[in-house]
Amino acid sequence: MINSRFFNRSELIGFIALAAILFVILPLSLDVFRLNLVAKYLTYAFVAIGLVLCWGYGGILSLGQGVFFGLGGYCMAMFLKLEASSVENTKIQSTPGIPDFMDWNQITSLPLFWQPFHSLTFTIAAIILVPGLFALIIGTAMFKRRVGGTYFAIITQAVAAILTILIVGQQGYTGGINGMTDLRTLKGWDIRPDHAKIILYFVEVVLLFACIGIAQFIRLTKLGRILVAMREQEDRVRFSGYSVANFKIFAFCMAAVFAAIGGAMFALNVGFMSPSFVGIVPSIEMVIYTAVGGRMSIFGAVWGSLLVNFAKTGLSESFPQLWLFGLGALFIAVVLAFPNGLSGIWADYVQPRIDRLLASRKSKSGTPWADNSVADGAPAE
Amino acid sequence: MSDEPNKGLQSPLRRKLLMGAAALPLISILPRPSFGAGPATATVNTTGLAVTDTEVTVGILHSATGTMAISETGSIQAEKLAIEQINAAGGVLGRKIKFIQEDGASDWPTFAEKAKKLLVNDKVAAIMGCWTSASRKAVLPVVEQYNGMLYYPTFYEGLEQSKNVIYTGQEATQQILAGLNWIAKEKGAKSFFFIGSDYIWPRTSNKIARKHVENVLKGKVVGEEYYALGSTQFNSVINKIKLTKPDVIFTDVVGGSNVAFYKQLKAAGVDLSKQALLTISVTEDEIDGIGGENIAGAYACMKYFQSLDNANNKAFVPAFKKLWGEKTVIGDVTQAGYLGPWLWKLTCEKAGSFDVDKIAAASPGVEFKEAPEGYVRIHENHHLWSKTRVGRAKLDGQFELIFETSDLVEPDPFPKGYQ
Repeated sequence: MINSRFFNRSELIGFIALAAILFVILPLSLDVFRLNLVAKYLTYAFVAIGLVLCWGYGGILSLGQGVFFGLGGYCMAMFLKLEASSVENTKIQSTPGIPDFMDWNQITSLPLFWQPFHSLTFTIAAIILVPGLFALIIGTAMFKRRVGGTYFAIITQAVAAILTILIVGQQGYTGGINGMTDLRTLKGWDIRPDHAKIILYFVEVVLLFACIGIAQFIRLTKLGRILVAMREQEDRVRFSGYSVANFKIFAFCMAAVFAAIGGAMFALNVGFMSPSFVGIVPSIEMVIYTAVGGRMSIFGAVWGSLLVNFAKTGLSESFPQLWLFGLGALFIAVVLAFPNGLSGIWADYVQPRIDRLLASRKSKSGTPWADNSVADGAPAE
Repeated sequence: MSDEPNKGLQSPLRRKLLMGAAALPLISILPRPSFGAGPATATVNTTGLAVTDTEVTVGILHSATGTMAISETGSIQAEKLAIEQINAAGGVLGRKIKFIQEDGASDWPTFAEKAKKLLVNDKVAAIMGCWTSASRKAVLPVVEQYNGMLYYPTFYEGLEQSKNVIYTGQEATQQILAGLNWIAKEKGAKSFFFIGSDYIWPRTSNKIARKHVENVLKGKVVGEEYYALGSTQFNSVINKIKLTKPDVIFTDVVGGSNVAFYKQLKAAGVDLSKQALLTISVTEDEIDGIGGENIAGAYACMKYFQSLDNANNKAFVPAFKKLWGEKTVIGDVTQAGYLGPWLWKLTCEKAGSFDVDKIAAASPGVEFKEAPEGYVRIHENHHLWSKTRVGRAKLDGQFELIFETSDLVEPDPFPKGYQ
């Protein structure tokens, strides 16, 4: 058991199952159109993993993750849009060489803050740093003043609303409600054909597993334990001499960066970015994905994003006029019947059976299994 | 705006039930045309579209849910009516039209996703769909990449032209210029106040209107204000209107904001029988929400009104009401939606094929003489030649036709001198 320190047994099963499905089963069984849809769903999984860290472990409910998803997505989209707006592609405009929506809004030269997005290196740095710094500012302003719980959730919602209004209002610079459409190439590489979609899918899955690894690492370190302690008894942690605010800021920033990576992958996979992913409704949807998956489970977050979005697409294709009711019923059913989400179902119903199965085999073969299924928050060392 | 999402959620369901009830007797009355007598599938479909010997599949892609459902339902209804009528008349190239309906859910990326699904998975021969400019902008790269054919029904801002799109609504110059000319002449108007919702269509339309007022009519624009989509507070702009006393208020406020705007205008004592107001965004559908008493007297510049007095429209309106209920109203975009399936059928027959490339090439010059608006023809640039009309809103929510251009107006999506 090489991974015995990093993953406990049930997590290892979860890891192998997820890797098998995302790397092998889905690419082999789905056509490119559906695979591209899966890639789109998985972009939300990044956000959901961030939420597991910050909400499930840190107890900080953010209803504004769309902000960071959007910032990451817009950074990526700005780079792609600039590349798609070469002079020869846009010669029909009154000012060739600038994005089409700027031309429609009577802007005649590229605004200053757009200029650095000609560089891919800058863009990649911006995807991480812009949302990270923004989260740092919000986090510092809130947590240093000990604003938490519901108040924090409301403020993140307000931020989501403000950013949407800003993007829609400044349409000359942002594309407004239409968003940025018609993204074509990445450094000359066409992102639209089928083979590009497949490559992008695998890039995204690799990034996703990297984020899962980071999240798992954070969980297992002392930091993760402090987060849990903070969630359960904030004052006690504070009296023990820890700076609660700093830990909260860190968890919130990590969640923001994960969301931003998801947003950037979204812009690449879907070829599109619009304010409809920034506002309050998408932010709450992202929390729902996490809740359905189980907010304590990193793998659950991925499953939640996949399941809810599959249901969304499937229901809306089969029942174009009634699907929203079906989706609503699904959420209510999951929350009522399984408050711990999918991972709760797994832990309560599936895992015991597997354990029993393994236990019976163990007794036969006599292999000494180290039982390292550690309960959350219990000391490991 | 407040009651709009509710309406949007309820009305499609209600209408679906109504539709079911209304369609039952209809199906039994209709003569059953036999399909399958057309030319061989191999010759009319060389690109692998969903065409069999007896059927051809098209997609309908509008918002059946969400905030746009209230507007797009009319287009869905009109397209289904047209498809039903075409099937009753023998279909297209001997094939019955089957449609797959997808819900764009008032969400632009969903539109793109569903368009891709219709083209890649369902291999539809054409898509009747989109409503807002934002949804069209999202779908456009998809139809161009997968070489689909989109029939787009809404009047829009222009600045676009695609091999893969037929624009059955008016582009901005077709909608605005003749109306401005008329009101300048009729009312001796010299000063104009522009109010719009803040997105691409009102901004581009007002840009064109401003150039026309300043350069052609030699008038003056005394104010230009924009409000966020869904905004309901218009008191400050109404005060400015009262201060500047423009000859004409020119509006392109959209959606639920209209209800607040016209109610507040009336409450502020602006009498539309004395103060000229020209709107390019209020059709019979919107008056349904605004209330005839709040907007009576306003002028609207469109290409179609339900009250049009011609033989085609007299057949169209009862057929629409028979299928969708006596209380439905038919606005400009609904009529343009009705044109889509018919123009596609006529083009298929002209081209003798369902192939998208052949349809795109055969489209220019296709004319539809039975159009409820009178007569339309497809231009080289894939927009329609159509007339511009001005109507005056009445208390009962209908428009009284005041003026129409004597000739068809040429579509000009990239107007010189108006950029």
